[in-house]
Amino acid sequence: MTYAVVAEGLLKRYKGGVTALDDFDLHAPAGGVYGLLGPNGAGKTTAVRVLATLLRFDAGRAEVAGADVRTQPGLVRDRIAMTGQYAAVDEILSGRQNLVLFGRLQHLSARDAKRRADELLEQFGLVDAKGRSAKDYSGGMRRRLDLAASMIRRPRVLFLDEPTTGLDPRSRNQVWDAVRALVSDGTTVLLTTQYLDEADQLAARIAVVDAGTVVAEGTPEQLKATIGADRLEIVVEDAGRLGDAASVVARLTGAAPGVDTELRRLRVPVTDRVGSLIATVRALQDAGITVADAGLHRPTLDEVFLQLTGATR
Amino acid sequence: MTTLAPTRTHEVSATSHKGRAVADGWVMTGRYLRHVVRAPEEIVIYFSLPIMFVLVFGYVFGSGMQVPGGGGYREFLLPGVFVMTMLYGIGATATGIATDAGRGVVDRFRSMPMARSALMTGRAVADQARALLEITVLVICGLLVGWDWHRGIGNFMAALGLLLLLRLALSWVGMYLGLVAPNADTVATIVFPLAFPLSAVSNTFVSPELMPGWLGTVAAWNPISATTAAIRELFGNPGLTGDSWATQHSMLLAVVWPLVLITIFAPLAVHRYRRLGR
Repeated sequence: MTYAVVAEGLLKRYKGGVTALDDFDLHAPAGGVYGLLGPNGAGKTTAVRVLATLLRFDAGRAEVAGADVRTQPGLVRDRIAMTGQYAAVDEILSGRQNLVLFGRLQHLSARDAKRRADELLEQFGLVDAKGRSAKDYSGGMRRRLDLAASMIRRPRVLFLDEPTTGLDPRSRNQVWDAVRALVSDGTTVLLTTQYLDEADQLAARIAVVDAGTVVAEGTPEQLKATIGADRLEIVVEDAGRLGDAASVVARLTGAAPGVDTELRRLRVPVTDRVGSLIATVRALQDAGITVADAGLHRPTLDEVFLQLTGATR
Repeated sequence: MTTLAPTRTHEVSATSHKGRAVADGWVMTGRYLRHVVRAPEEIVIYFSLPIMFVLVFGYVFGSGMQVPGGGGYREFLLPGVFVMTMLYGIGATATGIATDAGRGVVDRFRSMPMARSALMTGRAVADQARALLEITVLVICGLLVGWDWHRGIGNFMAALGLLLLLRLALSWVGMYLGLVAPNADTVATIVFPLAFPLSAVSNTFVSPELMPGWLGTVAAWNPISATTAAIRELFGNPGLTGDSWATQHSMLLAVVWPLVLITIFAPLAVHRYRRLGR
């Protein structure tokens, strides 16, 4: 398997003594979106800045798009693009001037840079705003401009550091569409996010980062499976019958359910999903207990995330 | 989506490293000059301050001023104001660089395969163009208030050269200060307490001979005084007599001082730029 991004034993200590990356390992396969998921301060941004050659690291080895980050930073920069948490555009220049500038600095001819700028303005729905200063753009427009700038030359690896933080749903969808389009063109995207939904939507594989190290890695499904089986949830109509219902459920599933008296809810892990649901509801009805709601719940990435990163908090 | 990438990459590796640095620097110069066009209010502030100095000192205080060795005070004052304008340009340079460094845009530059020197060389060249524009406005303003040059176009060009050389040196000082400043808003609080005494304790407004002994020595050796005295001579404007070595050799110092400043501050600024984000 070829990897677009490899990090082995990365160590990064900031001057103040904060260890931002501690034995950080990552193997992101070429193609598709690879998600770095973690709470604020977990080291996601530091990892991205190290991999994008913006930050030196103290130990370990990193390779991006086949080039060594420490010894061939120029080659890495030639093959990557990066969109950080804060829109990295020139505030005074217009949207079009920004794209032409970045195109020229990536050594497109003046004509090609202009042509590419116009294509991207079109693709990102910024044609009407192309003459306005970037400082007069809305947050979403600025993010789109920033992303467009990262796509001037199709990069082999694109780093996206929390690209949708603070965006409205429509702008967020536009960003997602742009990312998907880029991926279908063969670019590998390394996406950091604290939105589980975003990682779930876009990423083929996810590394969960906490306290400067990767604490879990896999496909979203694999990660969800680590937290255990699906759960059956039953809400009863009458709070007074909650105890009776719990003993019925315990007898059927062989496990004592969690009881939430306020929500009148029982929760229990099950293996035979639909079978348990039907049997339980039927048994409760037979016992004269009215079921208000019943359902099966797959663990969410949220739960995975909280369980994995909760231990250190 | 794009078909440009592969062919272009090969072309890039074919061009020499040096050629790329020049091309990238030039693109960056264009960027800073577009800033002047798109946001002209900034440069207008940098014009209006010296024009105010000409009016306040030339008319309000100037009527009571005697120029040692004779001649009109405004003839004496204008060269000083030219130099002061170059000095206050530090503020524009430092603010520009600090603004870039504080925003993500420098991260984008640094993550692109462009020459690392381009931001700074581009700024230095753009500053030269700004300086030319500022000097042009001030020359017109000077001609209107009765200043003139009297020793021909050759000496005028030499004076212009000294002003631009000083501005080049101050560009590097400004870039260093801009990179040291924690953010763009604090630049003014670093630059102006530095620039104001430099322009006041000089021969810009009064003769260093009239200052207390030690202060006069500082004023005579001030790089600002060296360029001011040198261009007064080149313009044929009334100057200051003095028997200190510095005053006698102002022409030499007007060349040496900027070169010394560049030697010190260009490496400091580059070093600082390299350490950004570490």
